[in-house]
Amino acid sequence: MSSEPVAVVGVGQTKHVSARRDVSIAGLVREAAVRALEDAALTWADIDAVVIGKAPDFFEGLMMPELYLADALGAVGKPMLRVHTAGSVGGSTALVAANLVSARVHRTVLTLAFEKQSESNAMWGLSLPIPFQQPLLAGAGGFFAPHVRAYMRRTGAPDTVGSLVAYKDRRNALKNPYAHIHDPDITLEKVRSAPMLWDPIRYSETCPSSDGACAMILTDRAGAGRSPHPPAWVHGGAMRSEPTLFAGKDFVSPRAGRDCAADVYRQAGISDPRREIDAVEMYVPFSWYEPMWLENLGFADEGEGWKLTESGVTELDGDLPVNPSGGVLSTNPIGASGMIRFAEAALQVRGRAGEHQVVGARKALGHAYGGGAQFFSMWLVGAEPPSS
Amino acid sequence: MPEALSAPLVVEFPFTRSLGPVQSAFLTGLRERTVLGVRTADGKILVPPVEYDPVTAEELRELTGVATTGTVTTWAWNPAPRPAQPLATPFAWVLVRLDGADTALLHALDAPGPEAVHTGMRVRIRWAAERTGAITDIACFEPYGGDGTGQCAPHDGEFADPVTGIVTPARLDYRYTPGRAQSAYLDALSGQRIVGERCPSCHKVYVPPRGACPTCGVATTEQVEVGPRGTVTTFCIVNIKAKNLDIEVPYVYAHIALDGADLALHARIGGIPYDQVRMGLRVEPVWTEGGRHPDHYRPTGEPDADYDAYKELL
Repeated sequence: MSSEPVAVVGVGQTKHVSARRDVSIAGLVREAAVRALEDAALTWADIDAVVIGKAPDFFEGLMMPELYLADALGAVGKPMLRVHTAGSVGGSTALVAANLVSARVHRTVLTLAFEKQSESNAMWGLSLPIPFQQPLLAGAGGFFAPHVRAYMRRTGAPDTVGSLVAYKDRRNALKNPYAHIHDPDITLEKVRSAPMLWDPIRYSETCPSSDGACAMILTDRAGAGRSPHPPAWVHGGAMRSEPTLFAGKDFVSPRAGRDCAADVYRQAGISDPRREIDAVEMYVPFSWYEPMWLENLGFADEGEGWKLTESGVTELDGDLPVNPSGGVLSTNPIGASGMIRFAEAALQVRGRAGEHQVVGARKALGHAYGGGAQFFSMWLVGAEPPSS
Repeated sequence: MPEALSAPLVVEFPFTRSLGPVQSAFLTGLRERTVLGVRTADGKILVPPVEYDPVTAEELRELTGVATTGTVTTWAWNPAPRPAQPLATPFAWVLVRLDGADTALLHALDAPGPEAVHTGMRVRIRWAAERTGAITDIACFEPYGGDGTGQCAPHDGEFADPVTGIVTPARLDYRYTPGRAQSAYLDALSGQRIVGERCPSCHKVYVPPRGACPTCGVATTEQVEVGPRGTVTTFCIVNIKAKNLDIEVPYVYAHIALDGADLALHARIGGIPYDQVRMGLRVEPVWTEGGRHPDHYRPTGEPDADYDAYKELL
């Protein structure tokens, strides 16, 4: 028996900001969920199951938040699952929800991810004082910066490429009303003159810390037929993981990421991602990860990713727009960041991305990763139903 | 084999919570000796109040006052209170349905012993002398012989100077045991030797050892001394001072592949100006009196390693 086609018929986000002191965590997730229901013209009664994700419990110190949030998400009497894969969780949460529809376990599923970083301390949550071990020596960006240097050495990329990504993403964010960082006075000069925090990473090339939630309504073919707006159809989705540390790990281009992308393209019948995909929402927490992931995801040959960025291919009006929403560099409620990538990819192929719409987008990739390049999750969505 | 190590690990952090409108009114009410519930569409009054109806998922905002007296619906005796629990002497955990409410609130009941507690007993709130807008503004419940002292009355939830956020300190007490492989590694370090373990299947040498190869999934037991010299494979220059870390910035945080190891460990580079550190730099550990780990690594003076010699370890 073939699997059920899965459609995204509702997307909802909160306006991402550094601190939403006016709402509880329940109030925050509710806002995104209600917007997704409104987009889909559905009510709580139409939802068969809820799949929720967030980063580790230690971030907000809220143990098993899915228990507390069941009321706010209308989960009473319904299955409610929580997914947990570090920074990639927003993506893998959406995929678990999609699989429930695809397998015909449920017809219509609400999936949601969130983080309220203002009530949290991610740095603390990730650096517990383990006895006998040396304390973490470098802070948040110190984990990533050596890998960026390795990429630059390996490819010979000029050191100006990172600032181009940050300048592009922050300008894209100005077209996205939900993005956290809105700096209308952004200039390339400002990006390049920002302080160097973890050389080679500047402050302007790092992601912010945000409060926010993102929700989607996934449904089957019949549900898609009732949708008031064009759905996005899931053409492929995959997850891969690998250890955070092992001999032979390639931090610049992790094998799990390559394999995950290849699986998604195989499912979606994509043979040339660079030509066949119209928009990409990828998880870029530090600017240099755009050229790195362009290679890892097969959009460029090894060593060539930075050339796409440098030549403007990834700009909003370029040949392969990357992060038209402004990306993680402009908005980072950690647990939600991956789902925002998936949701923004869906908005693009639905033609509902507003001012940051990529003209004529028919196929888009959503990408998330996390846990020290340990977990990868991706989906490819299209404007047309999948052919098989 | 050295004795396996073990040490306490205390994890604690003062988390903050934004309350939202309903919890804000509820906790501010407690500060003012007022208990608020919330009314559902079918007329039930939920205490403590919630923001969303647990049955219909509808948003709930209609607040109402309830009495400070009520009835125990069930209970459990706590013979040995732990630190930070409501009472220092043995007490009963109780669910109390306050007069006027349809649901019960969890709190402590001050009673001389379990024989003095029963389901259906009447109790009343004992207020804390100092109240801040927290559930602990109710010091506990106490037995009460009289009738209801309050009534259900609509309340707009408006108070002067409302509490909008609280701090919820969290603390977890663990005992951490690093296990055989790391204990052996630490034991060798005390003799200023760096000892990893080799995977019997893929033959890669892991430093520090974890006791198993993450790729092959088999236990590692063969000990292999590595270093002490090594090669900087990549690094960053840290320009922001980390909390609780007594290192002057800027400093260099590097990945170092010790000679004989198959993956890099992370350490600080010293003994060279930060802007002269480079990939391929040859380094050695610097030990300090009483330090469990090398304090940092410094240049050996050898010629830099060829990129090809360490590129697979990046």
